[in-house]
Amino acid sequence: MTQGVAVLQLDRAVLDQDGFRLTADWTLPQGARAAVIGPSGAGKSTLLAAIAGFLAPASGRILWQGQEIGPLPPGQRPLSILFQDQNLFPHLTVAQNIGLGLRPDLRLSPEDRARVEAALSRTGLAGLGGRKPAQLSGGQASRAALARVLLRARPLLLLDEPFAALGPALKTEMLDLVAALAGETGATVLMVTHDPDDALHLTDQTVLVAEGRADPPVPTQALFAAPPPALRAYLGETKNPAR
Amino acid sequence: MASGSRALAALILLLVAAPLGAVAWRAEGLSLSAADLAALRFTLMQAALSALISCALAVPLARALARRRFAGRGVLITLLGAPFLLPVIVAIMGLLAIFGRAGLVNIALQPLGLPEVSIYGLQGVLIAHVFLNLPLATRMVLQGWQAIPAERLRLAESLGFAPADLARHLEGPMLREVLPGALATVFAICLTSFAVALTLGGGPRATTLELAIYQAIRFDFDLSHAAGLALTQTAFGGIAALLAWRLTSPAGFGAGLDRPWPVVAPGGWRLGLDGALILLATAFLLLPMLAIAATGLPGLADLPASVWAATGRSLSVALLSTAATLTLALTLALARHPPPWLGLAAVLPLATSSLALGTGLFLLLQPLVAPGRLALPVTVLVNALMTLPFAYRLLLPEARALEADYGRLADSLGLSGLSRLRLLILPRLARPLGFSAGLSAALSMGDLGVIALFAGEREATLPLLIQRLTAAYRIETAASASLLLVAISFALFWACDAGGRRAAA
Repeated sequence: MTQGVAVLQLDRAVLDQDGFRLTADWTLPQGARAAVIGPSGAGKSTLLAAIAGFLAPASGRILWQGQEIGPLPPGQRPLSILFQDQNLFPHLTVAQNIGLGLRPDLRLSPEDRARVEAALSRTGLAGLGGRKPAQLSGGQASRAALARVLLRARPLLLLDEPFAALGPALKTEMLDLVAALAGETGATVLMVTHDPDDALHLTDQTVLVAEGRADPPVPTQALFAAPPPALRAYLGETKNPAR
Repeated sequence: MASGSRALAALILLLVAAPLGAVAWRAEGLSLSAADLAALRFTLMQAALSALISCALAVPLARALARRRFAGRGVLITLLGAPFLLPVIVAIMGLLAIFGRAGLVNIALQPLGLPEVSIYGLQGVLIAHVFLNLPLATRMVLQGWQAIPAERLRLAESLGFAPADLARHLEGPMLREVLPGALATVFAICLTSFAVALTLGGGPRATTLELAIYQAIRFDFDLSHAAGLALTQTAFGGIAALLAWRLTSPAGFGAGLDRPWPVVAPGGWRLGLDGALILLATAFLLLPMLAIAATGLPGLADLPASVWAATGRSLSVALLSTAATLTLALTLALARHPPPWLGLAAVLPLATSSLALGTGLFLLLQPLVAPGRLALPVTVLVNALMTLPFAYRLLLPEARALEADYGRLADSLGLSGLSRLRLLILPRLARPLGFSAGLSAALSMGDLGVIALFAGEREATLPLLIQRLTAAYRIETAASASLLLVAISFALFWACDAGGRRAAA
């Protein structure tokens, strides 16, 4: 994987959520695919929430290509985020949900509609644009959310375990789709997971979040080959997929 | 959005505080005359008696409804929700047809040589208040009964509990939870009920504070006297309303009232008693309405033009005040990180009364503009404020849930401003918005309060016109107009509620 210049920078960022503190001070290069791994409650989602703009850092800065993005509201940041659930509005059709990625006011031109149709086809949802999310399977709902990511074409993609509820085979399928879409748009990916297999499957870098710190990203293979104590405690002695 | 909601909340506080401030300033210290003290005493006594009688009847009636199943039970329970929307003046017209001098009851008593029943004075006020509030109290108590877990009732049955044991171990504790809220709610409503006192009360022995305010302004034009009364009314009414607000949870409006009774209901005389109670209550609630229909239907075709003009005014008032209420309630409910005073602003109108606010506005505006010209705008404003707490209470939990479920998704997609309103908030909140709109519109349509202070001959709303027709003994026209009013009130409620449901589906 070719790695470009650093695009995402957490500059001595201190995150404080109701007394819980997390520090981060590192950069991520362009086009990187990084996993965020660590025990539950360690602050993985907090880290993504701060980058996405739902939580202002108590101190320090978050930069994209050298520009501080702190003052930007979530929707204007150069990123898309997928949450654990509620990634689609249940009262809007699949096509409308995807169209929101082009224009939040949904006043779509014929060209916009054609692009929505293309995104539906690209994610294997051709013909399902008129359905409501409740009429989709879990995998189809994930695909719809990814189709919107594709249309938004933001340079950074944050995944906060959006596929956690899917079965293993379906999850791998979604991760492959993420990899393909990120390859097409050249997006940098930061993905929260609690599953080392996911990290090894999709990512080349891994950020370990534990003990109030989000460590700088290190190569995923190397990390699991020689896990530091905090990661070893999380994985347990017996389960280590890299061995 | 954040600054907008704060500005609106500040405006509401100002709109409530300024009239009350004017009232306090004009009251020139509280020196209540003997007549005022009598009015205060009567106000408190009739409210306490109304609450006690309503709740005392509500307990056996709710128990009968909880443990019996019969054809029409669902309809009856729905009917119990109706008096909340029923214009008070229409209820009074119906009661006059049954209990009035030429009413059914007196016609039945006369051949038996029994003395005539009078609908005026204390007993009339009590009959009307029980008619209007027994259904509300019954629904509150019935909700308590339905909330007793089925497992506990089955356990009681397996232990061989007699009805007395059931009452002691399960129903008694439930009633101790539910009754304080029901008593306080009915007490607070009756404390500020103006239309009932205006039509059925009066005289030195049956004048409420609200009626005394009205008389001080309309007949004596003694504004500082009215202000002193309004201040007293606000003090007592405010305490009662806030107490009731604290003691009750949001109204369920019929949700979950049809769970089957999980154990065998007792037979014998208890079955007879339950049946008699249900029949009597149904008759008490239905007969006045049927009497109105019977008296009013023939005249419906040739109503005088004044009725249609008043109908137009009432409709405008209802629609405008509903729009204002929904705008206020929705903006406040959607406020992010609301400071505590924001919620207070939304429920503060509850602590005052239509007539007290009206007195303050009269004091503030009367030097500037002729009161008659302000009658309709002031009524729109006061109605909007008075229904705001209900709409806010209905919308707040839904708005919170919407924000918790979809707030971040909408933010991450840049869905903001009018797009957010159009694509997310209105469709997701359509159901509570429709229900709130229906409630506000029906309440405003039927309101007979502040309008009575301001309106001259040509500004009367439909409820006020009905009251004037009744006072002029034009009973048949009044009955026809009542029929029209109740039809429009329920139609407004139904249209808004059904519209919201359809938009949400």
